[in-house]
Amino acid sequence: MINATLKELSAALAAKSVSSAELAGQFLDRIAALNPTLNAFITVDPEKTLAEAAAADAARAAGQAGLLTGVPLAIKDIFCQQGWKTSCGSKMLDNFIAPYDAHVIERVRAAGLVTIGRTNMDEFAMGSANENSYYGPVKNPWDLAAIPGGSSGGSAAAVAARLAPAALGTDTGGSIRQPASHCGITGIKPTYGVVSRYGMVAFASSLDQGGPMAQTAEDCALLLNTIAGFDGRDSTSLERPTEDYTRELGNSLSGLKVGLPREYFAAGLSADVARVIDEAVAQLKKLGAEVVEVSLPNTELSIPAYYVIAPAEASSNLSRYDGVRYGHRAAEYKDLVDMYEKSRAEGFGAEVKRRILVGTYVLSHGYYDAYYLKAQKIRRLIADDFKKAFEQCDVILGPVAPTAAFNIGEKSNDPVEMYLSDIYTLSVNLAGLPGMSVPAGFAANGRPIGLQIIGNYFGEAKMLNVAHQFQQATDWHRKAPAL
Amino acid sequence: MKWEVVIGLEVHVQLNTASKIFSGSSTAFGAEPNTQASAVELALPGVLPVMNKAAVEKAIRLGLALGSTINKKNVFARKNYFYPDLPKGYQISQMDLPIVQHGTLTIQVGDEEKVIHLTRAHLEEDAGKSIHEGLEGLSGVSGIDLNRAGTPLLEIVSEPDMRSPEEAVAYARALHTLVTWLGICDGNMQEGSFRVDANVSVRPEGQVEFGTRREIKNLNSFRFLQQAIEAEIQWQIDTIEDGGKVQQATVLFDPDKGETRAMRSKEDAHDYRYFPDPDLLPVVITQEQIDAVRESMPELPGQMKERFAENFGVSAYDANLLTSSYALARYFEAVAAATGQGKLAANWINGELAASLNRDGLDIAQSPLSAERLAGLIVRIADGTVSSKLAKQVFEAMWGGELSADEVIERDGLKQVSDVGAIEKMVDEAIAANPKAVEEFRAGKEKALNALAGQVMKASKGKANPAQVQEILKQKLGAA
Repeated sequence: MINATLKELSAALAAKSVSSAELAGQFLDRIAALNPTLNAFITVDPEKTLAEAAAADAARAAGQAGLLTGVPLAIKDIFCQQGWKTSCGSKMLDNFIAPYDAHVIERVRAAGLVTIGRTNMDEFAMGSANENSYYGPVKNPWDLAAIPGGSSGGSAAAVAARLAPAALGTDTGGSIRQPASHCGITGIKPTYGVVSRYGMVAFASSLDQGGPMAQTAEDCALLLNTIAGFDGRDSTSLERPTEDYTRELGNSLSGLKVGLPREYFAAGLSADVARVIDEAVAQLKKLGAEVVEVSLPNTELSIPAYYVIAPAEASSNLSRYDGVRYGHRAAEYKDLVDMYEKSRAEGFGAEVKRRILVGTYVLSHGYYDAYYLKAQKIRRLIADDFKKAFEQCDVILGPVAPTAAFNIGEKSNDPVEMYLSDIYTLSVNLAGLPGMSVPAGFAANGRPIGLQIIGNYFGEAKMLNVAHQFQQATDWHRKAPAL
Repeated sequence: MKWEVVIGLEVHVQLNTASKIFSGSSTAFGAEPNTQASAVELALPGVLPVMNKAAVEKAIRLGLALGSTINKKNVFARKNYFYPDLPKGYQISQMDLPIVQHGTLTIQVGDEEKVIHLTRAHLEEDAGKSIHEGLEGLSGVSGIDLNRAGTPLLEIVSEPDMRSPEEAVAYARALHTLVTWLGICDGNMQEGSFRVDANVSVRPEGQVEFGTRREIKNLNSFRFLQQAIEAEIQWQIDTIEDGGKVQQATVLFDPDKGETRAMRSKEDAHDYRYFPDPDLLPVVITQEQIDAVRESMPELPGQMKERFAENFGVSAYDANLLTSSYALARYFEAVAAATGQGKLAANWINGELAASLNRDGLDIAQSPLSAERLAGLIVRIADGTVSSKLAKQVFEAMWGGELSADEVIERDGLKQVSDVGAIEKMVDEAIAANPKAVEEFRAGKEKALNALAGQVMKASKGKANPAQVQEILKQKLGAA
């Protein structure tokens, strides 16, 4: 059953050919065997997992099972989940047991999904390689020398390695799409405001968005049905009619207008990725899609704009980790300021400190207009670019990252080089648009490559169908690494 | 040299909403520490603020009362600084585009009225409290109580329009009256519901530029406000006259020593790194919302003050006192309406009643004398049943008991004697007993008449109608 999709697992559970407890047991066994190598999970708690599975089986026996009741799910360690350590990949929160559930956790609990474990991630979701975790780097299941991508690297690696059939991730600048691409799975970042941020540890509030990661687009749609929806506790949550994200999955792609932004196929794109995307576009054409060239002229500015706005918000969001009420506090200190300084110096890793410094700087008196305000203006230009592009097409296609996964350690000493690899994902967050990554092939070295689909606002159902039709015609998404 | 004082006030008003500004936690005062702090006030990872609409409405009420501009687009900003009683490491406040801008408040200082201009009023959240003393079984440890954290505050900033401590106190009092009148603040200064910061500077009379100001923080009584400003003015004048310079600074007032002391100078001022809070969308206020609040506005103290002067002939000074609280104004209106004696009612309420309430530490709502009972007494003064002098005796008896004015007058036999025969008899006796005074009066000494009248009043135990006594005396002495 470990290679089954959510849909298949749902059917097997409904047919009672397997119990939730048996399923949980299989995945827990696999985690026990492979996690020491992959380091995809920070916390695994078989007792809790099996209790949830037993409850799911009981619900099914009582005739109260929903579509996903009893299906295992891995949770990124960024979502507060009552009774579970919620570390966010940081020493700062290594001792933090969440006393409440995030909105998405309430939703998955209500749907009867079973928490299989809490996945590793870049500290406070800051990173593109999953090398910034207090709990050590995550390995790419396709190649243990490679990074899995970040920041939802643990979630992506867990799904790719079949340690879980699906996972929850978050995406602030590509943190669902890029690891999904590097690990050969499907992931979607919804339109900003579709998934409540309540209980999701904040990195950059105006960019953060939770979303599903799974083998197939159809599974992502099922999970999005579970976690999306209005939440009054998040002022940026959008009050809209409930959507069924599977509703377009049967539609033909005939006549679909696919935009290819010229800036996404310029210098810097590796030959491997260019080839895979070309082939994917050709496949979609075969399915009836029409290709148009579009332009997103401010794409390059997304990097400086993002690396001003995200650190600015982060520097303020992370001020609450001061050692006073919870989290890490230095063992010895001479006064209040010393306690703050030591607790934060010890509790945060290098990348988090770097971003706090940058964020503090750009918000400082005298620099605010030059950096933060200017970045906000660029943000508007980027959103306008997309607006114009979507007058010509239904979805935009392109690469997720310039290259397949690089090696662990390859870029860790060069943060700017690392930031530049986010070029194709950042602008989607800056504009608040939905974006996804779909497995589309492999590099010459055998590492997976994903195709990015960018939708217009609330275009999730359409994008999911584009991915679904692609997956009906290809089998990249069913390939699993040999472990 | 003659010095001119320049004062502007920043007042922090706690809005009396049932729940906090960004969460559903209760705002009740005095609960066990940290029992009124939810995940939001504790700033747990992942929590988010949600705007309390009642706080917005209360801010609109104040804005309308001050004749201010209500900004329709309200952006909330983060003011970043570290302090243990500030759990998020930032305070959510308003920087640009505060909810209330401009407006005026008229104050009364003695017989003079003065218009004070408002700069702005913005919404923000209160911080928690640090507790440095009295933690049981702990020494060298400070505690944090987050019950107050997230209480909605309206920070009301005036222009530097005040020119004396008296004006500053009059403004603070008028604002205090207004916010309690509007029902947006409980006004409890001991509990910190109304806290005043005073910006004070001095300049040589005639100079146009302002002097360097120092800000006195957290004054929680009108008396301390007055004392602190007086001390600060003296310090600044002394400093300058001794050849020194006033440095911009934040200072605290020590009421025991009667002096102000610098906390921090401008050099170590924080860079608060304000930026719009990405967790809160701009709060947009519609004209309909403003109109709905306007509909629900009570008559304002200034309007009532004018009406009292117009309808009841009450002096501006008295009308100002009578409108110092809504309850008092209503009390006065009830007495004045029941008696048709506005001026007399004002005299009694601002005089005898105010003194008695003050003596017993009561406010008007706790008055043992209802408006109805006081009206009963005023009617009897007006119709001559009891003299003004004896009315005080009646008032005292009513204060300590439950009898009506008529019952007290009856029981204690305090009814004024207006029977001409009885008064004539007493006048005759007085004339007979005081030939010297009679002589003097007849010799043209008018004052001698008062001595005779006094004798008559004494003989009547104060009950004789003084006007009648005068009249009959004059008749008998052949002066009329």
